[in-house]
Amino acid sequence: MATLEIKNLHVTVETDQGTKEILKGVDLTIKSGEIHAVMGPNGSGKSTLAYSIAGHPKYTVTKGEILLDGENVLDMSVDERARAGLFLAMQYPVEIPGVSVSNFLRTAKTAITGEAPALRTWIKDVRDAMSGLKIDSTFSERNVNEGFSGGEKKRHEILQLELLKPRFAILDETDSGLDVDALKIVSEGVNRAHQANDLGVLMITHYTRILKCIKPDFVHVFVDGKVAEQGGEELADQLEAEGYDRYVKA
Amino acid sequence: MSDSPKTAQHGLAEHTHGSFVPLQIRSDRPSSKSVSDFEAISPLQDLWRYLQPDQLNGLDSDVLGEYESEVSFVSTDDVKISWIESTDSRVGSIGVPEDRVAAAAYTNASKTLLIEVAESAEVKEPVVIKIAANHPAPSALHIFVVAKKFSNATLIVEHMGLGNLAEIIEIDVQDEAKLNIVSVQNWDKGSAHVSAHFSKLARNSFLKHSIASFGGDLVRITPVTTFTGPGAEVEMNGVYFASAGQHLENRPFVDHAAPNCKSRVTYKGALQGNKAHTVWIGDVLIRVVAEGTDTYELNRNLLLTDGARADSVPNLEIETGEIEGAGHASASGRFDDEQLFYLQARGITVDDARRLVVLGFLVDILQRTGVEELVERLTSIVEEKLGSY
Repeated sequence: MATLEIKNLHVTVETDQGTKEILKGVDLTIKSGEIHAVMGPNGSGKSTLAYSIAGHPKYTVTKGEILLDGENVLDMSVDERARAGLFLAMQYPVEIPGVSVSNFLRTAKTAITGEAPALRTWIKDVRDAMSGLKIDSTFSERNVNEGFSGGEKKRHEILQLELLKPRFAILDETDSGLDVDALKIVSEGVNRAHQANDLGVLMITHYTRILKCIKPDFVHVFVDGKVAEQGGEELADQLEAEGYDRYVKA
Repeated sequence: MSDSPKTAQHGLAEHTHGSFVPLQIRSDRPSSKSVSDFEAISPLQDLWRYLQPDQLNGLDSDVLGEYESEVSFVSTDDVKISWIESTDSRVGSIGVPEDRVAAAAYTNASKTLLIEVAESAEVKEPVVIKIAANHPAPSALHIFVVAKKFSNATLIVEHMGLGNLAEIIEIDVQDEAKLNIVSVQNWDKGSAHVSAHFSKLARNSFLKHSIASFGGDLVRITPVTTFTGPGAEVEMNGVYFASAGQHLENRPFVDHAAPNCKSRVTYKGALQGNKAHTVWIGDVLIRVVAEGTDTYELNRNLLLTDGARADSVPNLEIETGEIEGAGHASASGRFDDEQLFYLQARGITVDDARRLVVLGFLVDILQRTGVEELVERLTSIVEEKLGSY
């Protein structure tokens, strides 16, 4: 059982108008096997939370803590965080020209586990994970994210989630831009990783539709840089019916 | 010297010093075997615009020393290698210098290294010419390669050590011959190397010409390929990696002077560090007679850090519309913070991320040399350069 704790997190970002505080005291605790949904209107700071946990250099933590089993995550570099068991499925994965998917996956797996995976089982693992996500086998030879469609990028993120087996995954609007079929495929992948690895999930989303495919244990409503309300699945239903208006107006 | 009025130099009425006269037509470029026919090098000249003359370490002098003991090789029955007098009629038959340094090499190399691949010889092992210098005296070297009819061979010319070298390599690819030639430049710091390659491809011949430039303060290579017979094909590849302060320049030119020939030019380079500078000027000329030409040239550069600069200019002159295809592409991109973040977010360290990206970018060009042992060695040179940053 592992725990990811976010305590009173304040985060700023540099803009043309100067330093701007985006996160204003976020408290959130996720345990292994739990699925948390973070919902909120545009600009509420949901993605900032995701990138701050992963350690993107654009964001500065000015106050608060992120602890993984008591270890200070903020002291770790981006790659150290990943090796400690954190995974961020990105909303806009970047292209890496010249690096094939197969080479990338093998390098990442080697970095995470500290040793090169046994070739025979690795090839089988990759093939199985790809077929589970209905990814064509020729995908391996393509360059990372280069010329991928929106749906392919998201499936490639979940492919990494299944193969790298982190302890906690942050899904940054993984559902956005997916049609119904692709959403189902991607959600099944997340559910598989959740079950297989007792994965803790922090699912950031604008819409409730993914919550029908991935059942959250907790729902947090995120407004103006902090958690405005939390509850169970029923809170999502309420948001579905009422929208964010009452939070934004308040 | 075949001057055109537009490009007046010494001895003509329009002669001026220091004025910038851009050469509009690649085929009009003046040529001469004598260094004194070329005026002093200046960055105002189109050919030298990316360089300062002092970077040449004296290679533009009228008088240069000569390499001979610096050059080592093994001669065999299939591939005879020997020194001949540069007055031999073959020398200069493939290409005549088009710039001052090449002319200095021509003027000062009293001997020429002749490499003859015997007619119909099938040479399995790569032939290696090693040029290892250990002194900075500006020097000249002239190499003449002839791949005789129906032969098939691989030749690797390796440059290393501390040296300043003005060089000419003439490559005569005769009917139906296949030649794979790789020129490796991995000089020590403090070295400058300017080399003019001239290749002529006869009927149905095939040339694979590769450049791999990694070490040396200045490495400037101008490979010219001319089709003289129909049905020939050239594959010109280049790979280079400039670190801080290095200037690596390549100016490939393909002259489609015969019909139904095919050319593919692919150069890829990486740059890292302050004042790392690469230049690629790719020229292709399709003459009136060159119907059925199929050509494509590509240059891509990957900038790994701030402070590096990649210049890339593809030029295409087409004198006939009756061609199969002609295209070019040039792109210089940055290994940016978002790419680094993505790889790091998957547990990959900064150093490994850079290695992954650079090798991924360059490896297909390295592999095109087709010599496994060389691919491994060049890969480790790239890794070493990455590590030293």
